[in-house]
Amino acid sequence: MNALLQVKELGFSYDGSRQIFKDISFEVVAGEIVCLLGPNGIGKTTLLNCLARLREPLQGSVLLNGEDMADLPAREIAQVIGYVPQTLRPSFDYTVLEYVVTGNAPWLGTFEKPGPDHYQRAEEALEQMAISHLAQKAYTRISTGELQQVSIARAITQKARLILMDEPTAHLDYGNQLKVLRLIKDLSAKGYAIVLTTHNPDQVLLLDAKTAVIDHESKFHFGPWQEILTEQLLSAMYGVHLSLIKVEGIDRMVSVAPGL
Amino acid sequence: MLLLLGIFLSLSLGRYSNDPVKVLNVLLSKIGFDVPVDPAMVSIVFNIRLPRVLASVMIGAMLSLSGAVYQSVFRNPLVSPDLLGVSSGAAVGASTAILLGAGLATRQMFAFAGGILAVFVTSLVPRLLRNRSNMMMVLSGIIVGGFLSSVLAIIKFVAEEQTQLASIVYWQLGSLASILGRELLAILPVFLICSILLLLLSWRINILSFGDLEARTLGVNLRQVRTIVIICASLLTASAVSISGTIGWVGLVTPHLSRLLTGSDNTRSMPITLLVGAIFMLLIDTLARTVSNVEIPLSILTGFVGAPLYALLLYKQRTRLE
Repeated sequence: MNALLQVKELGFSYDGSRQIFKDISFEVVAGEIVCLLGPNGIGKTTLLNCLARLREPLQGSVLLNGEDMADLPAREIAQVIGYVPQTLRPSFDYTVLEYVVTGNAPWLGTFEKPGPDHYQRAEEALEQMAISHLAQKAYTRISTGELQQVSIARAITQKARLILMDEPTAHLDYGNQLKVLRLIKDLSAKGYAIVLTTHNPDQVLLLDAKTAVIDHESKFHFGPWQEILTEQLLSAMYGVHLSLIKVEGIDRMVSVAPGL
Repeated sequence: MLLLLGIFLSLSLGRYSNDPVKVLNVLLSKIGFDVPVDPAMVSIVFNIRLPRVLASVMIGAMLSLSGAVYQSVFRNPLVSPDLLGVSSGAAVGASTAILLGAGLATRQMFAFAGGILAVFVTSLVPRLLRNRSNMMMVLSGIIVGGFLSSVLAIIKFVAEEQTQLASIVYWQLGSLASILGRELLAILPVFLICSILLLLLSWRINILSFGDLEARTLGVNLRQVRTIVIICASLLTASAVSISGTIGWVGLVTPHLSRLLTGSDNTRSMPITLLVGAIFMLLIDTLARTVSNVEIPLSILTGFVGAPLYALLLYKQRTRLE
């Protein structure tokens, strides 16, 4: 299958001297989940932002459907890539529907406004997220878990085929974290490719995803989690001892601390 | 509808005569009906009252629309043309032009240059300090506004007392008493072009109000759209200021009032803001010239009406603001 996104020897630096990361290469195909894993401050979000062309990489390139993103206008990138930020900081109380309908922006001209079709597409996205009941609520007055769903609904309205998510579970309680992971799994089953950042290795196992790791020595690893994640790597990366064990009864691997 | 009724009522009110029937007759005769008219009334309606009524409608609409736009683009429901320093900047520009003895067109250009420079500096300060909070923007506006009011004071200080100073002070208090049809024509194109552009971009302005990151991930050409929008809003403010002086509160209060009526979606609230601003200003100006024998400066009235209204609006939306 052709890769939706190809990352080639990507490197980034904020000031041109201190390298945040370098030599990052990997591919994402439709229907695939890729987790960017690593400790805080290692550059996961920066890498994600480079993939969305929110930041320009210092070295290397990112190809979208085989075309270098540096040569693509922002609008065309937005027709393929949706971005779900870690937190939304609303300043006006738009309704959920008014917010989600803005996902149509990359498909409309600068002076165009959304018509009935566009609102319908937004409503369908809300339905897909099972949050139609929120449509007329102010998006400033819903829970953070609901807000996450609203944000994903907008990416669906956008007809994005690749959805980038920055720490989608960061501000959620435990139940909502699992719900969002479930949602991500469903989206990938529908053919969406998803790249997300997380600092919880157990989420990679739960999602049964490919993993891209920037380790403590800034070395990059990529592949199915079974090939990448080892107790040594995890323990060295986080600076605490972590065990990877198979739990009988639920029949899956978990990453846990053996004790304090 | 409400606006048209307001215009008519305002045309009917004044020192000479308060008879709406006479005014109606004057208007009807103008469009070809054969009705008895009072010649003095014709002159008053067309030469004195009409320019003034149209001016207040236009200025109210301009200040309100630019206020709504600034609030969205700067993602801050607390800003207004006054707070961002646009009004003071335009005032400094316009009084410099008066000082130089320049005509109307130059005054307008100076006002615009001053306004755009002020909004640029105000939005630069939070960026330089790497603190983009709402509070920082407000503080930055206070800094720029404070500085500019000193500049304005210097200009007044060096102005020649009898002629220049008088006309600066008179103009600055915000009065529509001396408005001329010529001045109206000068700002009409700015009003039409900028308002139409902004209304066309109203949905994009929603997206700008989500912040840079979200706007860019939606494929919006951020720099282009934001530049157009800020220039249009500043042109509107500066044009209003260049003919009527600084009139406070309108640009802050009416966008809030409109959002309360229609919700936050700018595609709906911006046209309403335009109308509400026009009606509000018409009301204020009509009060200014009819309440007492002396003309009351507009800024005084907008403050009296606007400030308590703003407090009331804040109370109503207190749960929405954080």
